[in-house]
Amino acid sequence: MTIELTIDRQPVSVPEDATILDAAKAAGIIIPTLCYMPDIASPGSCRVCLVEIEGARTLQPACVTKVAPGMVVRTNSKQAREARRLSVELLLANHPWDCNACVRNGQCELQDLAQTMGITDVRFPYAGEEVPLDTSTPALVRDMNKCILCRRCIGVCQDVQGVSTLAPRARGFDTVVGAGVGDNLCEAVCVQCGQCSAICPVGAIYEKDAIEDVWAALDNPKKHVVVQTAPAIRAALGECFGLEPGTCVTGKMVTALRRLGFDKVFDTNFTADLTIIEEGHELLTRLKKALVDKEPVALPMFTSCSPGWINYMEFFFPDLIPNLSSCKSPQQMFGALAKTYYAQKAGVDPADIVVVSVMPCTAKKFEAERPEMHGSGYQDVDYVLTTRELGRMIQEAGIDFMALPDGEQDTPMGMSTGAADIFANTGGVMEAALRTVYEVVTGRELPTEKLHVTPIHGLEGVKEAALTFENCVPDWKFLEGVTAKVAVAHGLANAQRVCDKVAKGEADYHFIEVMCCPGGCIGGGGQPRMTTNNVRNARIKAIYAEDEGRPMRKSHTNPAIEEIYRDFLGEPLGEISHRLLHTHYEKKESSLTPATQAK
Amino acid sequence: MAKPRTVVMVPVDADTVAIGARDVKNRFAEEIGRRGLASEISVLEVGSFGPVDAGVIAAVQPDGVVYGGLTPDRVDRIVEEHFVKGRACREWLLSGEHPLPDPRATDSRHTQYAGRIVLDNCGRINPENIDEYIANDGYFALGKALSDMTPAAVVEDVKKSGLRGRGGAGFPTGLKWGFCASETGPEKYVVCNADEGEPGTFKDRLIMEGDPHKVLEGMALCGYAIGASKGYIYIRGEYKLSIERLRQAIAAARAYGLLGNNILDSGFTFDIDIKIGAGAYVCGEETALIESMEGKRGLPRLKPPFPAQQGFRNKPTNVNNVETLANIPAIVQRGADWFRGVGAANMPGTKVYTILGHVRRPGLIEVPGGVTLRDIIDDYAGGMKHGNFKMAQLGGTAGDLLGEEMLDVPLNYDALEKVGHVLGSGAILIMNETIGVCDFLHACMRFFAHESCGNCNPCRNGLRWLSAITARLKAGTGYPGDIEIMEEIATVLKTAAFCPLGQSPAGPITSALRYFKPEIEKGIDHSSARPKPDHTARALATFAG
Repeated sequence: MTIELTIDRQPVSVPEDATILDAAKAAGIIIPTLCYMPDIASPGSCRVCLVEIEGARTLQPACVTKVAPGMVVRTNSKQAREARRLSVELLLANHPWDCNACVRNGQCELQDLAQTMGITDVRFPYAGEEVPLDTSTPALVRDMNKCILCRRCIGVCQDVQGVSTLAPRARGFDTVVGAGVGDNLCEAVCVQCGQCSAICPVGAIYEKDAIEDVWAALDNPKKHVVVQTAPAIRAALGECFGLEPGTCVTGKMVTALRRLGFDKVFDTNFTADLTIIEEGHELLTRLKKALVDKEPVALPMFTSCSPGWINYMEFFFPDLIPNLSSCKSPQQMFGALAKTYYAQKAGVDPADIVVVSVMPCTAKKFEAERPEMHGSGYQDVDYVLTTRELGRMIQEAGIDFMALPDGEQDTPMGMSTGAADIFANTGGVMEAALRTVYEVVTGRELPTEKLHVTPIHGLEGVKEAALTFENCVPDWKFLEGVTAKVAVAHGLANAQRVCDKVAKGEADYHFIEVMCCPGGCIGGGGQPRMTTNNVRNARIKAIYAEDEGRPMRKSHTNPAIEEIYRDFLGEPLGEISHRLLHTHYEKKESSLTPATQAK
Repeated sequence: MAKPRTVVMVPVDADTVAIGARDVKNRFAEEIGRRGLASEISVLEVGSFGPVDAGVIAAVQPDGVVYGGLTPDRVDRIVEEHFVKGRACREWLLSGEHPLPDPRATDSRHTQYAGRIVLDNCGRINPENIDEYIANDGYFALGKALSDMTPAAVVEDVKKSGLRGRGGAGFPTGLKWGFCASETGPEKYVVCNADEGEPGTFKDRLIMEGDPHKVLEGMALCGYAIGASKGYIYIRGEYKLSIERLRQAIAAARAYGLLGNNILDSGFTFDIDIKIGAGAYVCGEETALIESMEGKRGLPRLKPPFPAQQGFRNKPTNVNNVETLANIPAIVQRGADWFRGVGAANMPGTKVYTILGHVRRPGLIEVPGGVTLRDIIDDYAGGMKHGNFKMAQLGGTAGDLLGEEMLDVPLNYDALEKVGHVLGSGAILIMNETIGVCDFLHACMRFFAHESCGNCNPCRNGLRWLSAITARLKAGTGYPGDIEIMEEIATVLKTAAFCPLGQSPAGPITSALRYFKPEIEKGIDHSSARPKPDHTARALATFAG
């Protein structure tokens, strides 16, 4: 059913569940917003989108007020304009004015609002006391001086991630957004997903910057600096340069990295393919133990690529840790191999190798510093940059991104398949695993259109699929007729639903993919702002297009993978694999790990 | 048992219990017993019947004598003088003429309590004895509704009565019930809002302390009418005695089968529990109250959905103020027409006020809807105690300031609205010329700034600056332009704030400007200039207020 209403004397017709903000947009009217978040319940508390509705006693927030038949809305009346303007002036009055030296300078929503509303004077003297920055975690910086209490971060932390680390404290003018019960994020149960940093409208929460460290490594002639880029970077980096979401920029990205001075431009996709081999074998081994040897074994098995998800397990579902795949994440496999396999191959002393990752993720910064991640004898991954930081580095280096020619990754650790590309989005790891597992077990290619497992595509919170193995090869004959049940969850609130089910013994899945962030890595906390569902869908579409355009689309067909098993690893789940590519996790009370304590 | 010829009634409420009312009561019983008069004189613990600043009180009926400022060691003399020698003990006689309850009268309508609907039992019966409530028609209305009326008929009666919410907003009660009744689904809730956070308002407390069963009966009737089987009383934690008496009353009503399963064999099931609040002003707002009931931080919710659609646990919920619910038994028992016959045509029934400030007899009164402020001051509060009337604040800190020219406006919703004011919660603060308007406004703004929940931006930030500006005006150091800014913030708050807490500071400010602008203007220092904000040196920035 559509609803007819009038906005600023224009008749508008919109679906019945539309808000006034939606309706105004349809009518070509821009209503300023601040606390509003697309796809997430808005608190309606900043009062920046107030409009006048005929007959209503008070002004109403356009972002949360639903349209009604015959409604007459004025978005630009004197009353509404003055209320919105004062609302923004009041926010500015309680916000530092060191914009020129702010990480969000030029990309700040409060700045934009002040400019749009023509505010040139603030009549209230700022009287806040300066509070110290919270730099206690490897991933995030909180500058509560700049917080304008829009509560978007609380919305994502509570509603989307279900972690509820961030919550308001105190009352009235003294209200602050607190992390847990302590002063510092490191004392709180925080998974470091950084969704808060991706949604903050100002410079109050942002990724901990590793740019200077990376410059220092690049500037040091003794260091051999290699870079890996996560699958999700290529579908989002372009947004830092004004490209539409969903523009894949793999080639330009590679060239930009080379021009920044990296000695080798590799790809996390390589270890994504490797993850499929290791994790696939791990799954089949667990199934064999359960079905043939009748040994007690933890099933269903959960994927372990997403460090925010690992943190979440350690805090909230420690009893399910045995169900986690023992595989390290592709980032950490890459680091361990770069300082062993690659060091050997290239004849470089691993002590001189610096591994830099570009990740869509802030939790990866935390993961790199985990004490478990020293398989090579060194810290496997030295520095982690988010997509946003890489964008800033490219800008700082004066590289005209749009004018760059396409480049190609270096071999061998830059070679990958389409199965690795789709690690970037929810459902991708599962699909990549099924492409390989099915073929290993039956000797035939996954019999679906374009190798896709469509039930696990899309942004539904929890997705399920089932696949029956028939005419199995002799080695896997015990799986004959077995129907593998899989589930895919993204966003930790959805993950919680699945975990609850597993913990209660109500789930009959064999394999579960969980990505910490909504949409998977393409929606990670380190990606360019703002990630809405439309943006997520666009990035996912770009990733699948990248996959489909590849000559190789199954991890086990990657010749570089064959090569590494032949020359270095021996066999999947072998002794070297065990040492470099696998790990285990433990129950935790807060994110304060020995590694972060030492800092 | 012989009927005692005389009763001594000692009001025990949260105020007097703190200054030893129970000791005084016990001492009376002891002394009277010691002199062998126990069969003739009984000593009763009752709720408050009005006065609030007279210390521990004891009323002797039928003699019509009230003693005030009592301590246990004064009881001796009073018993000696009054009961043995037969003459009133002049030393501690309470001056003034409070309407006194007469517990011997079988029908309260024929006593000096005539006209009281809500407070008819307060100060008259022992609130801890359900039998006394029942003996005064208590639970009659519930019995009548359950045996003779459909739920829809009860809603209809309340609609027809014209009763409007007595918590402050004045929303028609029957209409509200109707919204909730029309929601389908078996799980609904009745919530009694006993948060009573408005400064200067304590009528609900005295109702709960003096006649708790009336509130329970009102809730049960509401539950029957809207189809709810569970009620909650959300009460502020400071109201210890109310909580104690409500708990006691709930237990007694359960024991009599007046709460619980299958009440009076009617098939109707209704029970009540108490939820204790932690004293945030904003939790008097019904959606913040519901959040608090659910164990969350007390923040107002977005409306719609309204509580009638999605309230407590997201189920249809009807929230009413204590006084509103205490009107219900009388309406159901005697009918909507009777109720409409009391008070003014546009404000049927009575209103309970707490009257405070520079008047001779501050306290609790219940008056027919539509009396004027002048009537209240002169007839009910004994006139000004000293000085001349300057202004009144109607309805607590959120209420408007009224100047002298408003003394003759009838206190009812419509008449006040016509002159641009609202009735509010029932607190009336009377001030003489010793109170400065800026001083008073600052006290109000500081209160609001303190109580702002911090959720919405205009309230959180605006009140901080209103508090700072009124502090300057009070000190005579206001910057030129401060008054205009104050008015601008207040006006925007009224339309832009998320909930009534943030909207209501506009009341005191715009009404103060309406009646006392010249005085407020004296708070401006015309030689001063507004400082430019120095945001970069924020650690050094210190500003008054």
